[in-house]
Amino acid sequence: MTYFTGLRCRHCGTLYTSGITYCERCLGPLEADYVYSAIERVLTRSLIEKRDRNIWRYRELLPVSETPAIGHTTGCTPLIRAKNLGRALGLEKLYIKNDAVNSPTLSFKDRVVAVALSKAKELGLGTVGCASTGNLANSVAANAAAAGLTAYILIPSNLERAKVLGTLVYGARVVSVDGNYDQVNRLCSQLADQYDWGFVNVNLRPYYAEGSKTFGYEIAEDLGWRAPAAVVVPMAGGSLISKIHKGLEEFGRLGLLRTTHETSIFGAQAAGCNPIVAAVKRGDTDVRPVKPQTIAKSLAIGNPADGYWAANIIQRSGGGADDATEDEIRQGIELLASTEGIFAETAGGVTVAVTQKLAAAGKLPVDETVVIAITGNGLKTTEALSLEPGLAIAPKLSDFDRHLAEQGWTEDALVEEVR
Amino acid sequence: MSQKIVIPTPFRTLTNGAGVLNVEASDVRRAILEADRQCPGLKQRLLADGDQLNRFVNVFVDGEDVRFLDSLDTPLKDGSEIDILLAIAGG
Repeated sequence: MTYFTGLRCRHCGTLYTSGITYCERCLGPLEADYVYSAIERVLTRSLIEKRDRNIWRYRELLPVSETPAIGHTTGCTPLIRAKNLGRALGLEKLYIKNDAVNSPTLSFKDRVVAVALSKAKELGLGTVGCASTGNLANSVAANAAAAGLTAYILIPSNLERAKVLGTLVYGARVVSVDGNYDQVNRLCSQLADQYDWGFVNVNLRPYYAEGSKTFGYEIAEDLGWRAPAAVVVPMAGGSLISKIHKGLEEFGRLGLLRTTHETSIFGAQAAGCNPIVAAVKRGDTDVRPVKPQTIAKSLAIGNPADGYWAANIIQRSGGGADDATEDEIRQGIELLASTEGIFAETAGGVTVAVTQKLAAAGKLPVDETVVIAITGNGLKTTEALSLEPGLAIAPKLSDFDRHLAEQGWTEDALVEEVR
Repeated sequence: MSQKIVIPTPFRTLTNGAGVLNVEASDVRRAILEADRQCPGLKQRLLADGDQLNRFVNVFVDGEDVRFLDSLDTPLKDGSEIDILLAIAGG
């Protein structure tokens, strides 16, 4: 049984049931639409709780009409009570939603790809593709391999090595483009016009984007069917943040939440690519494109397709937005790792650093639930950090003791002597 | 002094299926008006409130987004290529 009825224009509301990806009336983007009244009658907290722990436990709210082909290990990532980081930031009820350990490719993109490729299979497509800053490339390549689909992946030529290697290894047809993400994306839009392929973030995008709602569903479910007071989410194209908002709103509408408040939505970008933050700070929704210049390559989208919606939701929900410099991004990665034992990619550094700024400015509620979205894994962006151990020592006890003294690590050694 | 406008699929119902229109214009606004003269309806889709680019449309001149240039006043050279794309992709 499917409750997905078609695609509705986010701008003018026209509903389409044929395979179209833009509004014919106003050219606005389309969004999946459901018969919520019917879902409300069948979908209960206990039904969801009985199901397997993957994104399809929320299948009534996802736009696939058959048994999904992909994504049976995706989602249900840990929601961690981050007491140490909370103490450092002055937030008493801080949580981390950790998609750095999502399956199969260690980022939140596995959620959207699971939906997009399941839809591609349903539509009978044999070839899929994407424009990507890396995480999406990894996920499309891996999932396409497992699903028996051919994948064409277009990436900017300056991506981190681990993200390139982690795409090629699956046998995907990788095309490295001499240009930034926005230029790669533009090329992909033109390809989608020429070739009969399913580009997950072009012609499959209305389905793809729905996968991000599961990030919001899981937060609410793991908080005991409660919406958090605030979430802090990294922004590239602006899709994830608007879909987390949509997910929480749907849960509220379906009576699945024990809370009634609206979650304040906060967005984070790098200072070197902050078009949505700039719009929010100006108090408008007119997102002006920028030329990205940042180590947070997964967020380096200067012309965000969902920027307008992201800025809109942030302001309507009583949230806010801020950005982080390159040094603050690195410090954010190290702070999260050293307090919570979670190694996030550069986007995570952005989110932690921005959370720190928002908390210091008194914009986040100190004693209410705040959730930080960690969307990717630090092992993919190691170039961003320059951490080295000291010089190697000889395998001798005396050299070890000297090394401790040289490093200033003697406090632990002294405890041993006293004992 | 002539230019080429590359028309995406959604607009080809207005151009009798043509993927490219040839125009002679000194800036983007005049190119759109000229294209609309050849294929009525294009202006209404590309411009909002009469004189602003539709938020859901991206226009590029020789590969650069006109929002980094002078928007509708962006000057055109002989042989310039104008690409029109829907702003629905990416991220």
